[in-house]
Amino acid sequence: MAKEKIIPIGPFHPLLEEPEYFKFFVEGEKVVDADVRIGYNHRGIEKLAESKTFEQDVFLVERICGICSTSHPFAFVQAAEDISGTQVPERAQYIRTIIGELERIHSHLLWVGLAGHFIGYNTVFMWAWKYREPVLDIFEVISGNRNHYGMFKVGGVRRDIKEQDIPGLLKAIDEVEKFCSMLTKAVMDDPVIQARTKGIGILKKQDAIDLCVVGPVARASGIEIDIRKDHPYAAYDKVNFDKIVMQDGDVFSKAAIRLLETIESVKIIRQCLKKMPQGPIDADARDIGIGEGIGQHEAPRGEVIHYVRSNGSNYPERHKIRAPSFMNVPSFKRTVIGQSISDAALITAAVDPCYCCTERMAVVDRDTNKVLFTGDDLVRLCQEKTEKIKGNMI
Amino acid sequence: MLDCLTPRHDVERFGITLVGSPRHADILLVSGIVNRQSIEKFRHVYEEVPKPKLVVAVGVCACSADMFRDSYNFVKPVDEIIPVDVYVPGCPPKPEAIISGIIKALEKIK
Amino acid sequence: MSLTEQIKNKFGDKIEMLQRSKKRIYITVAKENAKEVVRYLFSDMGARFSIATGIDNRTAIEILYHMAFDKNGAVVSVRTLVPKPELKMPTFTDIIPAAEWIEREIHEMLGVEFVGHPGLERLLLPDDWEEGVYPYRKKTFESEKENPER
Repeated sequence: MAKEKIIPIGPFHPLLEEPEYFKFFVEGEKVVDADVRIGYNHRGIEKLAESKTFEQDVFLVERICGICSTSHPFAFVQAAEDISGTQVPERAQYIRTIIGELERIHSHLLWVGLAGHFIGYNTVFMWAWKYREPVLDIFEVISGNRNHYGMFKVGGVRRDIKEQDIPGLLKAIDEVEKFCSMLTKAVMDDPVIQARTKGIGILKKQDAIDLCVVGPVARASGIEIDIRKDHPYAAYDKVNFDKIVMQDGDVFSKAAIRLLETIESVKIIRQCLKKMPQGPIDADARDIGIGEGIGQHEAPRGEVIHYVRSNGSNYPERHKIRAPSFMNVPSFKRTVIGQSISDAALITAAVDPCYCCTERMAVVDRDTNKVLFTGDDLVRLCQEKTEKIKGNMI
Repeated sequence: MLDCLTPRHDVERFGITLVGSPRHADILLVSGIVNRQSIEKFRHVYEEVPKPKLVVAVGVCACSADMFRDSYNFVKPVDEIIPVDVYVPGCPPKPEAIISGIIKALEKIK
Repeated sequence: MSLTEQIKNKFGDKIEMLQRSKKRIYITVAKENAKEVVRYLFSDMGARFSIATGIDNRTAIEILYHMAFDKNGAVVSVRTLVPKPELKMPTFTDIIPAAEWIEREIHEMLGVEFVGHPGLERLLLPDDWEEGVYPYRKKTFESEKENPER
């Protein structure tokens, strides 16, 4: 059979030759300016939310992002509960925490795989994505789906974790921990990766404060924010885990933090599975009432915040959604200017925008606005630099 | 969709590889909705794929736009812009379903 | 001194404070004083600017600046009204560089002009979006046009 070829439009490959999205202006090898255009996937969700009930809204916001799909429902239901004052049952709080942490693991592994691809370590890409599969299997056992789990509702969760499943889940999470540890050690100890990523794309602490970045991007620059500890919610105040903070602000720190966080997430999940009390999983909230509320969640990329105003009906009067990348993506400009274009792809990826955005990159000539390098070229340059470094080390 | 390329699902065993340009492609997988920013580029990419070509709509959004139909930024469902050969519903569809959809599309041109 | 006491001491009558819960504080302030209050929270009290929300109230656009106090676990939202039809608000980008994108979004979605913003271009909407059409505005009914103070 002849080799058939497919090309996906959408999250994986850019709609080609368009100098939109991440634009780099260069002089010689150096990036002198950068810009980013967003909006290609603008679906008008905040406005749509006003014509959907609070219940339907949970499903709507779940689809904002496929990778961190549970982060938005997590923040939204808390915003609604902030208005109504609903007390969420303890078992539901633990289940919410478990789902949130499982998502952190799968999202960080996905990112590690992509970063591996960018620097030319395609084995890292295949391993990271292979080891993601057991995590997605756990999701399927708990919720029935690998993405978009439909677990959240205002007042609790929609599905319980069956007691008889827990021993199997504990075993599965032990396996996840094994390969997260192995991957973390392999990546962090690798001399080529260190040489490739240390000192690259530094975000200085003051810039991080001025730009109000969140999540691993903030923690890599010495800013000790983590919503799970600072504004405790769900069951996060009932489990032990560490905030992972580093000081250098470079690509290596951002990668290391994400890897180390997967291990903390395993710790949290294990404690939750063991400590989860019996009891109801739904407070059966009926009315939201009149008022306004805010919900926050530490998503894999950082703080998700939702603001909701309710006028007493079943439909939100206003639903503001702010994903972490909205604060983090603008910081890429300060980290990439002055760097070499062979690092541009990697530095942009280190911000971890929704990964589909990182593929949409181009280098543009300042005067003619012609595309000099496309996203694929930038990834290739990134991989070539790694080869050079490897060559120098042998 | 990316999961189809990874070892567990491995779409390559069916003789399918990912290419970097529409000009080298035979099958187009479309996911998500088409909005005002992307409609022209979307048509352009479709034109670039040489004949014979197949289009697989992956996911409910590509099949019918689902919950985003009433958005002010929504234009038209995918199959009113370009002809679609196979629809793979789901939100998201499992990798096995996507591969099954691709195989179905291949059978159309055999 | 608690968070709320510190803010009340500093601004006295200029603000109205509503404490909805232990961790949720809402401060209403006149348009002319909003920047000063937000600057104090951000630069002097060390709060993090989390995001701003724009809401169409029909007679005005309400803007809430959500300031996160990560050390206390509280969010203080500073509320101000930008009256129609003028809809002008000073930019906050000189005190909080992070405000650049959200001011662009509120501008294109609600029609507020942030005076002094370095580049108030579209952020999310396509380039060929119609001028004067602001998607987040509420529908105006005929009866409201005659009697906007309803």
